[in-house]
Amino acid sequence: MSVLRLVAVAWYLQFKMIMRSPFDGFGNVLYPLFFATTALLVFRAGASPRTLLYAALGAAVMGMWSAVSTSAGSAMQRERWWGTLELLVVAPRHFSLIMLPATLGLATVGVYNLAATLLWGHFVFGIPLTITHPLLFALSVVGTVLAFGGLGLLFAVSFVRFRAAWVLGNFFEYPVWLICGFLVPLALLPGWVRPISWVLAPTWGMSAIRESALGGRPLPDLLLCLGLGLSYVGVAVLVTNRVLYDARGRGTLSLT
Amino acid sequence: MAAIEAHELFRTYKTHTGTIRRKKKEVEAVRGVSFAVEQGALFGLLGPNGAGKTTTIKMLITLLLPTSGSARVLGLDVVKDAQEVRKRIGYVFGGERGVYERLSGYDNLRYFAELYGVPAKLQKRRIEELLELVGLKDREHERAEGYSRGMKQRLHVARGLLHDPDVVFLDEPTIGLDPVGARELRSMIASLTAAGKTVLLTTHYMFEADALCDRIAVITKGTIVAEGTPADLKRGVEQGNVLEVEVYGVEDETIESVRRLDGVLGVSVEEREQAQLLVVQTQAEAELTSVILGHLNGGQVGRISQREPTLEDAYVALVTEE
Repeated sequence: MSVLRLVAVAWYLQFKMIMRSPFDGFGNVLYPLFFATTALLVFRAGASPRTLLYAALGAAVMGMWSAVSTSAGSAMQRERWWGTLELLVVAPRHFSLIMLPATLGLATVGVYNLAATLLWGHFVFGIPLTITHPLLFALSVVGTVLAFGGLGLLFAVSFVRFRAAWVLGNFFEYPVWLICGFLVPLALLPGWVRPISWVLAPTWGMSAIRESALGGRPLPDLLLCLGLGLSYVGVAVLVTNRVLYDARGRGTLSLT
Repeated sequence: MAAIEAHELFRTYKTHTGTIRRKKKEVEAVRGVSFAVEQGALFGLLGPNGAGKTTTIKMLITLLLPTSGSARVLGLDVVKDAQEVRKRIGYVFGGERGVYERLSGYDNLRYFAELYGVPAKLQKRRIEELLELVGLKDREHERAEGYSRGMKQRLHVARGLLHDPDVVFLDEPTIGLDPVGARELRSMIASLTAAGKTVLLTTHYMFEADALCDRIAVITKGTIVAEGTPADLKRGVEQGNVLEVEVYGVEDETIESVRRLDGVLGVSVEEREQAQLLVVQTQAEAELTSVILGHLNGGQVGRISQREPTLEDAYVALVTEE
């Protein structure tokens, strides 16, 4: 119970901080609209409304993913600049439990990205927002947010150990768009890429969102997405102690 | 059982020099520090910047691993039982960092109350009590970015006490505070031991350690060079003399040659606009005025005076000794 409370309160306060940053806010407002515009302009040529919705959903999840991949690194970097990272490490609660709400907060911003992208597509490009299974769609979005939060946690923990690893967050942003089929079906990718796609929760989250919106069976994909998200959390929890021990040994926690 | 025990603590940092031809370099920040703090005592770790105070405290609060040696807090090993140690200690450092500026003071405390595992039903009352204690009541719902340095520092203290820790580590808590703010904070620190807490305070202000601490360890270049009650440390210099010589443009070699003189306990230089004040501590029986003036090699000398040594002189002598 106290764990749930910690996650809920910390998520709320982290989310509050993110929303109060004018620069983050500006980026979060504009970024997804650029994604959506690019994707929709590419797909508009001769495409059916169904394909346009396919592209709009892809662009929406691109925005969600960008919010997590780039922000997880910079959020950890900010904790270093603010001098709060050491306070989080020295807190009695498990460090991964402290970081999870922070990355979930970032993933939640992604929900705005999704909504903004779909509305932009609807009002500017005239895409009909017909969601076949609204409830499953909502569940798929929540499941994807949770899985992204789990993946963000794994990133965040590695950023504690490697100070410059926040750059990797930016590096991972674009390959995942491609590998996880946000805009291009996985079938078009070379065979050797598939196993990488399968172990990445965004692949299944994207698929679940599309299946529920366009009509299909999203549940298996959603379960896979959640399962992978949970496994990321598990791995993060397992490596946290090792990572912190290493950082304490190297004396890097106080460095910016 | 002592509340804090440090035994032969060593801490080395690995660093690099150069850009293209990178060379590894090891810096010994702490070199064999040992001390013990009794429960309920206020112990001061006093030393200049870079003496190893913060490194020592960070090993004790589980933020750094000792390179060698061991330390226990309330009988718990700081390496093996780190998580248990964290439940029992509070950590407060000086300066403006360590605060979530975009959150209010209240939200800062609420966040850390969760992180420190303060039971939900106690949180509100505990936060209110602490806001009252540190004098932030009525400003608690304002964003911390608008707080003065002193207010942020008091918020730090409140945060460090949220989970009612048995041992509190205060790392230069009054640094950068104005005299009134620093005095208020000192009285708050004094009240902690009255509430039964063990406090380890690091500072580079001698008067602060003197006013607050039951015992003081003076640390310089990673080593403890003196330990005792403030009275003990004062006794160590009461027999000496202090010669102050106003000089203009004194060379480092000259200072070193004065420092090497028999009967000289310590030498320090204070900058005074165009001049410098050479403060030489000597043994009581030594009459070195003419010898010291001789070592100034005919350089321009201003006012010369002799006075009784103070506690500050004792500290300067200890931290400038080779």
